[in-house]
Amino acid sequence: MKTLVKIISYIGLGLSIVPAILVFKESMTPETCKMLMTAGTIMWFTTSPSWMNKTEEGNG
Amino acid sequence: MWNKKALVQKLEAVNEYEQEPIPTHKLKGWKSFLGTYAGEHTAGTEFVIGPLFVAHGASAVDLVSGLIIGNILAVLCWAFYTGKISVKTRVTLYYQLEKIAGHQFTTIYNLVNAGLFCFLAGAMIAVSATAVGIPFDLAMPQLTDIYPNSIGWVITVFVIGAITTVVAMFGFDQVSKFSLVAAPWMIMVFIAAAIASLPRLGVTQVSEFWPVAKEVIWTGIPLEGQSKFTFWHVMFFAWFCNMAMHIGLADMSILRYAKKWTYGFSSATGMFLGHFIAWIASGILYALFLIESQNSLTFAPGPIAYGAVGIAGAVCVIIAGWTTANPTLYRAGLAIQSINPKWKTWKVTLFVGLVTTIAACFPALVMMLLEFVALYGLILMPLGAVIFIDIYVLEKIGLQSNYALVSNSKLNWSAALTWGITLAFCLVLNIYGGIEVFFLGFPGWFVAVLVYIVASKINQKKPAKKVPQPVA
Repeated sequence: MKTLVKIISYIGLGLSIVPAILVFKESMTPETCKMLMTAGTIMWFTTSPSWMNKTEEGNG
Repeated sequence: MWNKKALVQKLEAVNEYEQEPIPTHKLKGWKSFLGTYAGEHTAGTEFVIGPLFVAHGASAVDLVSGLIIGNILAVLCWAFYTGKISVKTRVTLYYQLEKIAGHQFTTIYNLVNAGLFCFLAGAMIAVSATAVGIPFDLAMPQLTDIYPNSIGWVITVFVIGAITTVVAMFGFDQVSKFSLVAAPWMIMVFIAAAIASLPRLGVTQVSEFWPVAKEVIWTGIPLEGQSKFTFWHVMFFAWFCNMAMHIGLADMSILRYAKKWTYGFSSATGMFLGHFIAWIASGILYALFLIESQNSLTFAPGPIAYGAVGIAGAVCVIIAGWTTANPTLYRAGLAIQSINPKWKTWKVTLFVGLVTTIAACFPALVMMLLEFVALYGLILMPLGAVIFIDIYVLEKIGLQSNYALVSNSKLNWSAALTWGITLAFCLVLNIYGGIEVFFLGFPGWFVAVLVYIVASKINQKKPAKKVPQPVA
């Protein structure tokens, strides 16, 4: 379960940057990029707190 | 929802090693510092500083070379200066300063620090307000604005200020955790916003970037009413914008947990992600805005980021501003509370929040952020010089280090004179020599060193009344 959550987080992080690269390469419209980045933002913030803070505490 | 006892316990846990060196088992590995520095230096200020370089007409060559050299110098300071002192003492700046300069001096230092924190937090609240105001079609501030331009602006700032203050009063720990989570995403959004904007600037291939950077983004021509920035401005700004943290030694609080002084090099993540990539990215966004708005003087990071990558951009501005404002406000509260620990934390934070929110209403705080950040570092720098000399030089020339502690004094005049004379010297250089605030830290440090040695020689002529000194 934790692995799945982490995968969703990383997909969310990826959606925060990859669409912008595709806009730069003119393979995606800016509107689609904005939509995907919003989705990526939601995915990141709904999943990453469940595992990320625990990792940070572990580092400490 | 809010457990006061738990919060107090947490705060006490945070303060556990304020008055004693960090025990060996509490030391941290280098990975934790990489993350801390990357997160701390990719913040709301980056949305303002990058565009201000464009507004001040820095050329592309000056910007890139100035940032690379300035950031390398900052990293070297963090390692060879802050890192070495932190690992040698393993205490906070405040405790070290109290041993050297006395309790009364530390109180004044804390007050000054709190005031500066309030202004910094205020600027970040204003940055968040530019994004929050988007759905309300809020009239955004202009680059030349000093006073609030509308009631709507004041209301927006007060709402954000109130939320920030309440959260700082009740939930600092959660904000701190949230900041850690937000940091990698914010870096991605900064980069994404710039990349997605490049085609609108006429860049569709990597090879086209540099010509456009030189001719369109960082043209070397300042906007109307703005001073011209050269290579030296960019380099000294990059080096000294965190002067309070490295040469001023505020980051002793962080690096005292480092196993080795070399962990100071981990500040490179903050410098090259935040103070290089993020500044360049936000500069690109602002240049695009200037072109599309025909050199409008409106200066609002929120709508600019929203225009580039939509909701994610606006949310990034809000979060970046808020996660910077919140801990800053909290630190300001702690600094003031240290004057009288009997004062209730929530009351102090509420007061600090009110001052900060009032300050945030004035857009000048954002528009003059470069000058303010430079001034902030400059004001706190002399105390870093005092600690440096106290640790490495005084005993070698036959003088007593930690003089306030040893002489049981509440105010070490050597430190007080050093602070006063150094800042007076810098002020004279600024007013009569015409030297801008960005460059004053360099000569100022040498003046501080000289004044502290001479003042200590004079001040310590009388033999100190010795008291037992704890091992530090």
